[in-house]
Amino acid sequence: MLKVRIIPCLDTRDGRVVKGIRFQNLVDAGDPVEASSRYEVEGADELVVLDVSATPEGRAHRHETVEAIRKALSLPLTCGGGVRRVEDVRLLLEAGADKVAVNTAAVEHPELLSELAQRFGTQCIVVAVDAARRVEPGPDGVSSWEVVTRSGRHRTGVDAVAWCAEAERRGAGEVLLTSWDRDGTRQGYDTELLAAVRGRVRCPVVASGGASQVDHFVAGVESGADALLAASIFHYGEVRVADLKRALGDRGVPVRPAGEPAAGTGGVQ
Amino acid sequence: MKVGLIPTGIANVASVTRGLERLGATVERVEDGEAAARVDRLVLPGVGAFSAAMEVLRARGFDRAIRAHVEAKKPLLAVCLGFQLLGASSEEAAGTAGLGIHDGAFVRFGPDVRCPHLGWNSIEPEPGCRHLRSGHVFFAHSFRLREPPAGWRVATADHQGPFVAAVERGPILATQFHPELSGVIGKNLLERWLQGASSC
Repeated sequence: MLKVRIIPCLDTRDGRVVKGIRFQNLVDAGDPVEASSRYEVEGADELVVLDVSATPEGRAHRHETVEAIRKALSLPLTCGGGVRRVEDVRLLLEAGADKVAVNTAAVEHPELLSELAQRFGTQCIVVAVDAARRVEPGPDGVSSWEVVTRSGRHRTGVDAVAWCAEAERRGAGEVLLTSWDRDGTRQGYDTELLAAVRGRVRCPVVASGGASQVDHFVAGVESGADALLAASIFHYGEVRVADLKRALGDRGVPVRPAGEPAAGTGGVQ
Repeated sequence: MKVGLIPTGIANVASVTRGLERLGATVERVEDGEAAARVDRLVLPGVGAFSAAMEVLRARGFDRAIRAHVEAKKPLLAVCLGFQLLGASSEEAAGTAGLGIHDGAFVRFGPDVRCPHLGWNSIEPEPGCRHLRSGHVFFAHSFRLREPPAGWRVATADHQGPFVAAVERGPILATQFHPELSGVIGKNLLERWLQGASSC
């Protein structure tokens, strides 16, 4: 049986981990290689590294960062941030990413997803969707969300749930679904958004934005998430991955045991 | 210890290379079948499309080199698409023959299950496996082998019913999952394959 993945997310800028609220007011949160290695030991199932560099000079650091993380890491690594062209994806995969997340460029040029999937394989291509609740409900009176791009600065008017379905049809193998309203707020995932997307796609959905307590993670799974992403609570040591997995296991969520195998066992026999 | 890596595409080449290097191996890309024939230990990684990868294997003479390598009972590690390429066929590419080193025919997961099968799942090896052990490993694939191929020891996993997670025969190990991304369990598996390799 497939286990629910716990995914720490590192936002990086100029080769350092940073964290802000709603993509703004970024503060330094440490060295990415050190953080990755710590998460692997603690039992993380995968890492996401999103480059939020504001300038091309800053972005140039990112391949070095990915290479350095890859050297040490025996876990799947998803990279994203500012991915616009096929060449960006190729370079990230070459540097050591296993999956690449595409956000703004996919919304602006949906055919990019088909091209990437064909070239690199569906399971390599993640569509990252930042969804903001619309102030007014949709025509049928139920909640609706629109896709925001360019780090939240641009509201596209595109229906987020329909976009996830289209992105999958075009070749995305996974949806990384961030609630723009909840990101950095500690109020929990937007479970309504998760359930709405879950009902429309067959591929895995990664919940992102707002989780700060065990209840939030459980609610994410109950709403259909296959993987649970968080950033600041892990970086600042408020929640340890191993403790979270233990708590989730106690609540009946199927997780890969954090300590598997125990130190000193499972070696060459 | 030198390992020759057959470049079937770009994805997961870095992960496989770094994973083996962490265990002290020297990984060299082999550019064609002749170069592959000079190497004692071969790795066939692979992410991407079955037919495109088979084309690369045939165009550069890797198909013959891999068959000769297997016949000579030299160590081979095939990962993910690599495992599928060793088989007879895949539903992904009707009409394209695989290398036929095992007789497996790969089919897409059914409609009622998450696809791609992406994440950590547990595997259970049958008794007598030399490399494979039980534990959680990382998968990322949409096509799977339902029936164990004849003449191989297998490990199975479950996603909408059992499927073949890996096969082994002597120094040949082929995994649907990614040992290079499977933490300590994956590392131990790679190490057993490398060490087994050196004694062959």
